[in-house]
Amino acid sequence: MPRQREGSPFTGLSTIALKEAADHMTSARIHLVLLLILLTAIGAVYAAIGQIKATVSEDQFLFLSLLTTARDPLPSFVAFLGFLLPLVSIALGFDGINGEYNRRTLSRVLAQPIYRDAFLTGKFLGGLLVIAICLLALWLLVTGMGILLLGLPPGGEEVIRGLAFLLASFVYAGVWLAVSLVFSTLFRSPATSALAALALWLIFTIFWSMLAPLIASAFVQIDPYDPVSQLNFIELQRGIARISPQTLYDEMTLGLLNPTTRAFGPVFTSQLKNALMGSPLPLSESLRLVWPQLAGMIAAVVLLFTVAYVSFQRQEIRA
Amino acid sequence: MSPVIETNGLVKRYGRFTAVDHVNLSVEKGEVFGLLGPNGSGKTTTILLLLGLTEPTEGEVRVNGLDPLRQPLAVKSRVGYLPDQVGFYDAMTARENLAYTARLAGLRGTDAAGRIITALSRVRLADVADKRVGTFSRGMRQRLGLAEVILKNADIAILDEPTGGLDPQATQELLELIGSLAHEGMTIVLSSHLLSMVQAVCHRVALFNRGRIGLTGRVSDLTSAVLGGAYEVEVEASGADVPAVLGGAEHVTGIAVAGPGLWRVDADADVRPQIARRIVEAGGALKNMSIRRTTLDEVYVRYFQETKNQQEKKDAEAA
Repeated sequence: MPRQREGSPFTGLSTIALKEAADHMTSARIHLVLLLILLTAIGAVYAAIGQIKATVSEDQFLFLSLLTTARDPLPSFVAFLGFLLPLVSIALGFDGINGEYNRRTLSRVLAQPIYRDAFLTGKFLGGLLVIAICLLALWLLVTGMGILLLGLPPGGEEVIRGLAFLLASFVYAGVWLAVSLVFSTLFRSPATSALAALALWLIFTIFWSMLAPLIASAFVQIDPYDPVSQLNFIELQRGIARISPQTLYDEMTLGLLNPTTRAFGPVFTSQLKNALMGSPLPLSESLRLVWPQLAGMIAAVVLLFTVAYVSFQRQEIRA
Repeated sequence: MSPVIETNGLVKRYGRFTAVDHVNLSVEKGEVFGLLGPNGSGKTTTILLLLGLTEPTEGEVRVNGLDPLRQPLAVKSRVGYLPDQVGFYDAMTARENLAYTARLAGLRGTDAAGRIITALSRVRLADVADKRVGTFSRGMRQRLGLAEVILKNADIAILDEPTGGLDPQATQELLELIGSLAHEGMTIVLSSHLLSMVQAVCHRVALFNRGRIGLTGRVSDLTSAVLGGAYEVEVEASGADVPAVLGGAEHVTGIAVAGPGLWRVDADADVRPQIARRIVEAGGALKNMSIRRTTLDEVYVRYFQETKNQQEKKDAEAA
């Protein structure tokens, strides 16, 4: 028997997405997290400007170094963002579905002429909208600070690289939003889903880079007299490290904001033949370099959203 | 008249547990139909099946001639649902909550605004329209839920435990509202475990027990069918063998001992004069006699006691 449903699964989608975004924009929880991000961003950029002013060397991409320069003890702006963006996403998504169960609003909303699909997708899009607005505002703020304090406008290529970096950050935040949404459908208690998401965040941002070599050494024995075994080890270690979205994001920011980056893996001397060391890569080459990372993260978003979708569709509505 | 809600051999199993067991319902247009039974007897599951919020294991549902599984949007736009312990977004006002529902239901602009005002004043919440729902009492929330049903201009209202947890006055108010909606031609299905309350508003009822419908029909028909009569006379007398004296009397359908010198007489008419005459004629002393109409609670208790006894008898025979 065909089980064809009538009507569009997108009915009510924009209503839900906009309501979600409006809710987030007015919630104290999000205000706190954004305040944290804003303060650290200003601090990091301000420190970077001080550092840049102190050095006299010529730099073709001075504006980009605004984002990547770190001055002790403060990390750089991108390092802060890589660390804190997941926190924003988790704050946006951890009680997305289970919160509706607990407020007993789910059955009432789903009794309206909409599909469940629209509800979950709307939640996700609403979160993404908030992330997009915040990232854009942050980026403009940093650019403005740079222009004011350095007295120098960003060049055309710098703007494009900056926008590409913005997109990368957006997708990175999207991965974590999808993660928190998955947990919010799997666990009935918002506290549990928040803890689960935060635990995963800690593992991936702090411990994963330590775990990767350990896991790799369990599979590949390094023979000090065999360079190929060392190469295998490095490749495997990198492969494992790239399971973490943090690694992918770091590589992307490196490729986009440091135009001299040529490769992320080990490079052989033979490959450097005829290369002008220290010269920047053209924009198209840098984009090509980070494309696999970006594609991987988009795939992760799609996969995680599918998991959330399947688990939500199978759930009983009764609270 | 054709039924607006019809179910045919509806079954819902959760694993090995059967929540709804071959339920056949038929609700006519403009009727107030009560689903009665203790907690966990399958009322809410039946309601979710009617709305298409959960899929039946077997059997089929027709609402307004439509299949809630295949044409959910069409069904849900014609049916209003008030869930058990309805929840609203506490941070939003009553008006905002209804505006959200209105947008999901496809109502826009001034049309929606006008209908929201009408619905709110209908449930006497117009003066608190711009207060946050977080400050509302239980009774106000239930009324707001009813306002949502009115707002949708639904043909059918499905109310799950509408008076659950309300004080007597709030219950009375809500029942009057439900009565007036029914008067305007809305078909209403409501579930309750408070049978006496439902007796007042329902045209017909279905008694649920362990996922099955035990009895369906008008309240007065059920009382005579189960209790053998709609009247119950308590007789206190001495000096006469009351069961023997009243044995062949007209309209008397049953006699039971209720205590020393105390009998309970079931009848399908007011038989007090006959009882008095017969006892006095037999030389007995009639001390006290009181009559009351039987309530649905007694029907329920008696009916399921009987089925339970039969079940136990069967089990004993099987053993």
